[in-house]
Amino acid sequence: MNEADRLAETVRTEGTRILASLVRAVGDLQVAQDAVQEASIAALRDWPVKGVPSQPRVWLTVTARHKAIDMLRREGARADKEREAVDLKELSTSDLPPDSVVRDDQLRLIFTCCHPALAPEARVSLALKALCGLSTAQVAAVMLTGEAAMAKRLTRTKEKISKAKIPYRVPETADLPARLTAVCGVVHALYTSGHATFDVDPCAEAVRLGRLLCGLLPDEPMPAAVLALLLLTEARRPSRMDSSGEIVALAEQDRTAWDTALIAEGLTLLEKSLRRTEGVADPYQLQAAIAAEHARAPSYPDTDWPEIVRLYDLLLGVAPSPAARLARAVAVSETRGAAAGLAALEGIDPDPRWHAVRAELLARLGRFPEAVAAVDDSLRGEVAVQERTYRERQRARWATRL
Amino acid sequence: MAQYLALTYTADINWYAPEHEAELTEYRVFGQQHAGSILAAAVLHPTSTATVVRVTGARGGDVVTTDGPYAETKEALTGYYLIEADDLDAAVKIAAEIPAAWGGAVELRPVLKAQ
Repeated sequence: MNEADRLAETVRTEGTRILASLVRAVGDLQVAQDAVQEASIAALRDWPVKGVPSQPRVWLTVTARHKAIDMLRREGARADKEREAVDLKELSTSDLPPDSVVRDDQLRLIFTCCHPALAPEARVSLALKALCGLSTAQVAAVMLTGEAAMAKRLTRTKEKISKAKIPYRVPETADLPARLTAVCGVVHALYTSGHATFDVDPCAEAVRLGRLLCGLLPDEPMPAAVLALLLLTEARRPSRMDSSGEIVALAEQDRTAWDTALIAEGLTLLEKSLRRTEGVADPYQLQAAIAAEHARAPSYPDTDWPEIVRLYDLLLGVAPSPAARLARAVAVSETRGAAAGLAALEGIDPDPRWHAVRAELLARLGRFPEAVAAVDDSLRGEVAVQERTYRERQRARWATRL
Repeated sequence: MAQYLALTYTADINWYAPEHEAELTEYRVFGQQHAGSILAAAVLHPTSTATVVRVTGARGGDVVTTDGPYAETKEALTGYYLIEADDLDAAVKIAAEIPAAWGGAVELRPVLKAQ
């Protein structure tokens, strides 16, 4: 990381921290965000010239507070009537709020950004903007939309928060599990969106958010489980593609390339999460447990496939989904053979992935003409380019054995 | 405190028909339990009694009336409550007690504050 990158990273990390407290003091997300953004721009302009101040956090906090006061003043008397909650005392000091207050502020903001009354894509977009500190252009790139459309969506979302009075509050204990499900859903959706852009890695942003959430709620099992799932998946990322960018199947992956530190951290988190859970495991714990089985296995054949089938059965009991049923069918084929796997595919709605799995199983049974037909079916519709290349290569291999 | 209009969307029925008596009682119970938060409420006659009014061009133009609701949907607007609550979370808690929430849906709309 060079000097400019390090500076940008400091401004970004500090900015998200400052934003959370400023939202509380100002009572409005839009004003707080604009103020932090102006302070960040000022920092990135002044610091390389005048040098980084001795206490960057104080500098940014005070600058953002002044900007916020200016904005509120510019809005004039009308704003005062609407905003009963402005804390002018906090805005006019140069004292930093204590860490415990900042933690509460960050939690409040997380629960607001991931409120179930907001549309799921709106939650993910706002989380990227307000909690990860990405620019609107970067959020737009991750969400596969244009910058103007994203700006509009973010404004609409912030308007809904203020007009519908979505509160800045950590939910009561009784509501916490349901609300945490929404928050963890955002973290997980961000990770699986997986559209890396030239300067943003959504997986890294999801891990960042997962770590923040886990740090703020260390005793809650669900954030620990979702972070464990992310880390155990992330640990295997280096070996999922070869040097030419092609997909490497799990069976052929170089397990020495897996990140053992991430695996160890993920396993510890999962264990901690399970210890805190009474009764039925939640979907993230089960998915993390499945990822843990893969991460622990010394080789593909030595994987505990019967245990993985059992975990998928549990997962389908609490969160049935076509993707989980499909993955279960693969695990069944490794436990009881390809024919049993094919039988397990029955009754699942066919999509490209389903056809691809069926093709693999047919090929394993030596039924190459059917395998080729199935892989052709799997190439119809929307298929990621790496997947397409991988399947076409498989098809070519099977076609020689017709 | 904020105000929300809770619009109830349910099957388009005649609420005073004897077969809906039990349902209507549920609404009455809800109304009594949340009397402190309900500022106004109404039950509407079925959409078959609705009239849509439009004025062509600008004010003073021809008044055109048409029979029936503005939009034909499976669930119709059948009533409303004007409720007062601290914030959306509190409003959702109240809305979730309206029988329409499980018989159909409740739409919560924040009411614009008078300037």
